[in-house]
Amino acid sequence: MLTIKNLHVKLEEEDKVILKGVDLTVDDGKVHAIMGPNGSGKSTLSYVLSGRDGYEVTDGTAELDGADLLAMEPEERAAAGLFLAFQYPVEIPGVGNMTFLRTAVNAQRKARGEPELSAADFLKEVRAKAKSLKIDAEMLKRPVNVGFSGGEKKRNEILQMAMLEPKMCILDETDSGLDVDAMKLVAEGVNALRGKGRSFLVITHYQRLLDHIQPDVVHIMADGRIVKTGGPELALEVETNGYAGILEETA
Amino acid sequence: MGVPQAKLDATQARLAALSLPKGANWAAVARQDALSRVQAMGLPGRRDEYWKYTNPATLVQPDAPPAAVLETREPPIFAEIDRLKIVFVDGVFDAAASDDLDRSGLEIELLTDATSTDIHWARDLYGVLEARGQSPVHRPLAALNSAFANQGVVIRVTGAAACPVSLVYLRRSENSDAVIHHVIRVEEGADLTLLEDGPASARFNQVIEVDVADGGSFHHVRAQGRDHERRAATHIFARLGRESTFKSFTLSVNGALTRNEAVIELTGDNAVAHVAGAAVGDGDFHHDDTVFVTHDAVACESRQVFKKVLRNGATGVFQGKILVKADAQKTDGYQISQSLLLDEDAQFLAKPELEIYADDVACSHGSTSGAIDEDALFYLRSRGVPQAQAQDLLVLAFLAEAIDEIEDPSIAADILSRLDGWLKRHHH
Repeated sequence: MLTIKNLHVKLEEEDKVILKGVDLTVDDGKVHAIMGPNGSGKSTLSYVLSGRDGYEVTDGTAELDGADLLAMEPEERAAAGLFLAFQYPVEIPGVGNMTFLRTAVNAQRKARGEPELSAADFLKEVRAKAKSLKIDAEMLKRPVNVGFSGGEKKRNEILQMAMLEPKMCILDETDSGLDVDAMKLVAEGVNALRGKGRSFLVITHYQRLLDHIQPDVVHIMADGRIVKTGGPELALEVETNGYAGILEETA
Repeated sequence: MGVPQAKLDATQARLAALSLPKGANWAAVARQDALSRVQAMGLPGRRDEYWKYTNPATLVQPDAPPAAVLETREPPIFAEIDRLKIVFVDGVFDAAASDDLDRSGLEIELLTDATSTDIHWARDLYGVLEARGQSPVHRPLAALNSAFANQGVVIRVTGAAACPVSLVYLRRSENSDAVIHHVIRVEEGADLTLLEDGPASARFNQVIEVDVADGGSFHHVRAQGRDHERRAATHIFARLGRESTFKSFTLSVNGALTRNEAVIELTGDNAVAHVAGAAVGDGDFHHDDTVFVTHDAVACESRQVFKKVLRNGATGVFQGKILVKADAQKTDGYQISQSLLLDEDAQFLAKPELEIYADDVACSHGSTSGAIDEDALFYLRSRGVPQAQAQDLLVLAFLAEAIDEIEDPSIAADILSRLDGWLKRHHH
């Protein structure tokens, strides 16, 4: 599904190297977690994969099902099946949530040569999916993320994921700013989407999200590299010993 | 205070090209008075404080600068709306292209007919509201209009108008120089919607005087012609009675020079005045909204909402004032002017003003200028929305607060589709 090789990235505006050779392969249907201390490059990895401005790839490759992600515009990556759930979802006053969702769904369908979803079919689908995430009709009518609580914003991200049906989902610190109940709701939404044809990369600082979204593989990232890879037990080790112990042993 | 010689000369040069229309005695007096006002004030010059951001030279010079006529296959705006259509071509009424004025159940007459009638209700308004609006700031182009206009309509509404009155300004000549003056009286409890669209002429000088009696309601939606080289100076003078409503929205798409002035007097308690505008310009585009709202009664509400999208050297101007007189307690005044600069060549000049003499009022104002929100743009693109479409969504979102001032959804839809056309023509 996702194949990253030797990825080197620096900030465009300053000469600061953030990623120093990331190698990562996520197979179809798998859930990988990336954990690491602040400043290790986790979020940068998610931005570079989704095509945000401000980063320069100096070496390496990133492919989604064999297609060169780094050569694509952000919207092309989305149409190819990549989805980033933002750590800080953006508020867009004046653009209705429904208009936004429908524009996005149909733009992706158009890019893939599929027929657009009719207004009626779209409405039916969005209502059903919103209900399972406890997103009410009022939230759908409001401008994108404006006045949403932290939990509402994250649920809205998962709703977009459910509507867009991406192949490769990246969750960037989705647990930040969530209480336990909100986190459970988000995790349920994600778990409902797990299955063949869809993989996840869950970026998180803490182990607690991984209690709810059980990963197949856990990676530890530090100083722009993946320094250790293991099973779910690795997340528990972080929880018990902190990052310091693991980093010492890999140094 | 004398008028500088250069200004006198410019004024005389302009007046020499014009002659006062003939009419009934009262109209001749009104026109002569207006001419005296022009002569006393002099036409606007570059040094006038009120014209600091907009060069009036081409609006004042004797002949209209030529402007190419836009050829377009775009369907006319408001075409699907049930309306009474009154057509002017190069500033001259075209009976054949217009609907039957008697059909409407409204009192509608041509200005020439009304001003030739010895006893006419328009006497109490023609040049009268304009003259009231000359203080504290001079508006000489409006006085010039009152003196020389011989085209326009006078409308009196006593009930709820069956459909909107739609003024359509077509143009065929590259040199037309139109002066049009409308007078509207909305009687007690009556209701009128006025639509306007089209470029009118190479140079367009327009005045609308609107008197809304107690409990009356006036809605105005205007789509100015998008001929790139046209020039226009328009004025709306409105006087509002008790519990009356005035709402005006203007869409301006291109145009080398546009100055839209709105001068609104709230004279009856609990009156409501909203004036809004959306302007989008590319390149050789200069758009000026100048608004003066006077609160002279208790518990009135006023809103000014102006949004401009500018690119490629386009200039936007906003001069907006809320004046609250000493006895206008419980005033609720709001003013916002914002520009979205799509590149670094565009500029927005704003002069928001509040002048308040009452002590129990709520007035707020704000003015901002900014670029497209890159975070929002990336967010939309990351969901698969192509860049051009994402930018359009953000532009329309920026304009939404102004467009929301249009109450009728089908009229708003027409305005949005005109905007959509501009956005599509301006994709890179």
